[in-house]
Amino acid sequence: MAETFQLEIVTPEKLVVRDSAEEAQIPGRNGYLGVLPGHAPLITELGAGEISYRSGGQLHRFAMAWGFAEVLPDHVTVLAETVERADEIDLARAQRSLAEAEESLKSARTEEDVSEAAGKIERAQARLDVSQRQQS
Amino acid sequence: MANVLDIRRRIRSVTNTRQITRAMKMVSAARLRRAQERALAARPYAQMLTSVLKSLVSRAEIYDPASGELLHPLLVRRPEQNVLLVVITGDKGLAGAFNANILKAAMRFLEAKSGKNVEIEAIGRKGRDFLRRRFKTADPRGADSTAPVATTLVGEQVGVLNRIEYPLASELAERIIRRYTHAEIDAVYLVFNEFKSVIAQRLVVEQLLPVEQIGAPAIAEATEMRLEEKKRAIEAARGAGVALRPADTREADARAAAFAAAPVDYIYEQPPAVLFRALLPKYLSIQIFHALLESVAAEHAARMTAMESATNNASEMIDALTLAMNRARQAKITKEIIEIVSGAAAL
Repeated sequence: MAETFQLEIVTPEKLVVRDSAEEAQIPGRNGYLGVLPGHAPLITELGAGEISYRSGGQLHRFAMAWGFAEVLPDHVTVLAETVERADEIDLARAQRSLAEAEESLKSARTEEDVSEAAGKIERAQARLDVSQRQQS
Repeated sequence: MANVLDIRRRIRSVTNTRQITRAMKMVSAARLRRAQERALAARPYAQMLTSVLKSLVSRAEIYDPASGELLHPLLVRRPEQNVLLVVITGDKGLAGAFNANILKAAMRFLEAKSGKNVEIEAIGRKGRDFLRRRFKTADPRGADSTAPVATTLVGEQVGVLNRIEYPLASELAERIIRRYTHAEIDAVYLVFNEFKSVIAQRLVVEQLLPVEQIGAPAIAEATEMRLEEKKRAIEAARGAGVALRPADTREADARAAAFAAAPVDYIYEQPPAVLFRALLPKYLSIQIFHALLESVAAEHAARMTAMESATNNASEMIDALTLAMNRARQAKITKEIIEIVSGAAAL
């Protein structure tokens, strides 16, 4: 069995990553998925969270918002609405938008407002988590 | 005949103008190249999204077992009473007929929809200014509003075209989706200048909602480039070193088309129907994002062509003025000689 698989991370704006990876962690809607070469074909929606992969022993971390992934035995493609490399994350901005989202959650009236605010909190939290883990 | 000094002054002024138009042409060419690259970089995501949606549509589970229909709020068809029109123009002028053509198409559309309530969202300063002069600015109408049927300007985005980012498109799409889902609007159209390459452009009115068919934009009306425009665009592009043909994307396209459509039995982490519901709104964002990117490229191309024409016109004028100046000088010399000769003869 092959020891690596091809990983692609694509955003609406550009191709962010095309690399061969030994393993990857992706934030599935229903929980994190660990992917190793030879994984069964799988399609999943992704939530906000951390996406990381190991390539040549080096760990790469990204924060992502909503996305979608196709896993094949030798190929993983991630469509992500936004992706930020861990060291590119603007901490101050993430904290600000977290505070804003918490504020709008308090004033939320409809079901929609609540889920919108929750989504925003999730995204901001994911950024903060990834950034903090990178530093530790 | 004008005197030599005056003509010389005019030549100098036209030469300065030509320098400016030439510089603007080169700047537009550089911006156009960058815009083309961005549009190209944005292709894979859009195609993969389309591909996965198409493969989901082909699955039986996502159809309603009772009616056999595909159910999604964005596929719902209602009688067209309230229409939203998104008009994408440029923020700046000096781009030939670029803005005027788009606004003409928008006005034709409004004419065709007369009698319905049409709300306009203007993207780009030129379109906003034009539409604001003609229509009242109003708040978006609610679903059960009793306000009389009218054409109103409900939203604007100005100064955003310099640096188009995806969130701009996705926020607009979210707003549209929310209103459509709440039945505040029954159809959404987009007027913009489509841009595949310098010579493959057309002005289109595209129906965004309801979604007709995934992967095939519903073009309600299209105006192709005229031959004359095409010729001038080709000349300008060649002069500025801009490629005429779009980059070859066949290989990448084929790969993207295979996304989530490999001939294997996928494990679906979520039921396909759930995935479809989550993905369809993103399809709308991507369509808007692409329209914005293409419109920006088209605007730069139009400006490049306009500035090429202006530069040529300036050159012609300089030639004509130089000729006039030489004639005037010659006439003056001849006159002086005649004066000297006749003066000598009189002695």
